Amino acid sequence: MSTAPASPAPAVGPGDDVKDDHHRPSLADAGRKLLEGEMGSLRVIIVLAIIWTIFALANDRFLTAVNLSNLALQIAAVGTISVGVVLVLLLGEIDLSVGAVSGLAASVMAVLSVKHGWNPYLAIIAALGIGAAIGVFQGTVSTRLVIPSFVVTLAGLLMWQGAQLRVLGDTGTVNLSDPAITNIAGTFLAPWVGWLVGLAAIAGIVGSALLNLQRRRAAGLEAESMLGLVIRTGAATIAIIVAVVVLNSDRGVPLALTILVGIVVVMNFVLTKTRFGRHIYAVGGDAEAARRAGIRVAALRTTVFALASTFAAFGGIIAASRLLAVNQSSGGSDLLLLSIAGPVVAGVSLFGGRGTVWAALLGALVIGSISNGMDLLAFQSSVKFMVTGGVLLLAVSLDAVARQRRQARGRV
Amino acid sequence: MSAQTQAGATTAPAPVGPLLRLRGLTKSFGAVQAMRGADLDVAAGEVVALVGDNGAGKSTLIKAVTGVQPADGGTIEMDGVPVSIKAPQDSAALGISAVYQDLALCDNLDVVANLFLGQETRRGGKVLDEIAMEQESRRLLDRLAVKTLRSVRSEVGALSGGQRQTVAIARSMLGDPKLVILDEPTAALGVSQTAQVLELVKRLRSEGIGVIIISHNLADVFQVADRIVVLRLGAVTGEWTSDPENRQAVVGAITGADIENGEEETP
Repeated sequence: MSTAPASPAPAVGPGDDVKDDHHRPSLADAGRKLLEGEMGSLRVIIVLAIIWTIFALANDRFLTAVNLSNLALQIAAVGTISVGVVLVLLLGEIDLSVGAVSGLAASVMAVLSVKHGWNPYLAIIAALGIGAAIGVFQGTVSTRLVIPSFVVTLAGLLMWQGAQLRVLGDTGTVNLSDPAITNIAGTFLAPWVGWLVGLAAIAGIVGSALLNLQRRRAAGLEAESMLGLVIRTGAATIAIIVAVVVLNSDRGVPLALTILVGIVVVMNFVLTKTRFGRHIYAVGGDAEAARRAGIRVAALRTTVFALASTFAAFGGIIAASRLLAVNQSSGGSDLLLLSIAGPVVAGVSLFGGRGTVWAALLGALVIGSISNGMDLLAFQSSVKFMVTGGVLLLAVSLDAVARQRRQARGRV
Repeated sequence: MSAQTQAGATTAPAPVGPLLRLRGLTKSFGAVQAMRGADLDVAAGEVVALVGDNGAGKSTLIKAVTGVQPADGGTIEMDGVPVSIKAPQDSAALGISAVYQDLALCDNLDVVANLFLGQETRRGGKVLDEIAMEQESRRLLDRLAVKTLRSVRSEVGALSGGQRQTVAIARSMLGDPKLVILDEPTAALGVSQTAQVLELVKRLRSEGIGVIIISHNLADVFQVADRIVVLRLGAVTGEWTSDPENRQAVVGAITGADIENGEEETP
């Protein structure tokens, strides 16, 4: 595996680095990695395949283009909120206010646009601004006063729910009809535009993988094996092509889904390729070590809370656009829990520092599929809640088991 | 130089003036005087072990040098120039770096990410330059003759204690320091891993770096140090060469068992 000259024998201590041996990847190795949560994305894809198989067998409408298009629309809002949740979870923190913030932001947008006649785009920007301000406020309170984010955002949950009721006023429900707002979730890309976006994504994935491979080889560094690269990019390519074909055979690729995927791609870049993203992982891994390395931990945390609340606000706007209305229960009910459950199901650790932002999309897909499938089977909400709760518990248990196994092998 | 007056002629004489010279450092915490006039010299390419019982003032002395807790009084000279160290940034600017006992590594990040944490190399101003950082990491580890790390892309949490200590020491080397302070680098390590870390310390010495090593383990100290300085009750009570015959004397000085014999107990 190594292009570096391998030392024939360790200079000191034969027993020291045996466990570093990555030379013989085996099926058992892969299984162990799955259990320890190192291949979170693969694990969640397997889970998704199982769920889809079950629902496809139970109801032949589940895997139809119409239903999958609906699923894509259903997950856009919660997936967007989950992007912010992933960032917060990576820090080892939690934000319980994202649901309430999404409801408040949607209400602000609706009231400004409908009741006060604001330009819809200005109303959207104002709603996002409210979200960002809330995040800065909660982040500042939590970091400056050293209060656990759990408590601060729990208080926020109540406050922003109250603010939402106040903003909506006596009417309670505000119907949205301005196309600028309803088009966010109501637009489907024309088939050729869908293909254009899909092919651009494939070109980006393959291109960046090859570029990275070429640059690492040129630098004389160990590079990913060609087989792994082909499997990885090939799987992504097939997934994109299938998605575009299926969605095009119904109404086309939903704009909202494109936006969600776009956000995930951008945030993935930020997390993996920038100093800011690296520092988020560092703080989530060991905040004290990060602080001593010169990272301004409080400022970083506050920034992440601001981002999370902004994404929550945007998720609320997408949800309002899809429902064509905002009411007193917008952002309430199980939205908060589902937006946290998704990333956790998809492998983001609640203990911080582990996971990718793709978990926001994949997790929303898992949770959304369960919910959608049970709707098709006309399950009662009592059953739906219990099943969703069970899946969440299972996911958290997997996370905890993975952590314990890592610790058992001397890793934290 | 006054340093030679205490330990006798066997002390390896520094070729020029010392790299670091501490004179009469004091530090009080309220009514408690943690350091009462400590003197210490460290030459370039010299390993000085700082030993003493708990509460002897080792940590206080180190924190004064690193600027974590500046001293109340006394003078610090680097390369013969009086300097003022009031904050960790001051000591870093002077080329002093420290590896603390808890290592301060992020277990969820790989070796490269830990080495460069907080000072990441970037390409085009914004994007992390992973290739440059990885190459620099390899160069650094090769320079330190580290052979026990097969992949610099291993997660640090997956490494053994000795490997983690190695990563922490390597990180302290990134800014090309003149003086490296190691706080209990071999505590909680096995035999072979301790040997690795001591090899690394010798490597630092051969690079011409001054090393202060704090340790409770006298076997390690006698193996790697050029001079052994004993602190007791906030002051230096003596210094010895790492000649094995001095071992009893060092133990005595640490525990204060032969304090009634005065300061001239050195054989």
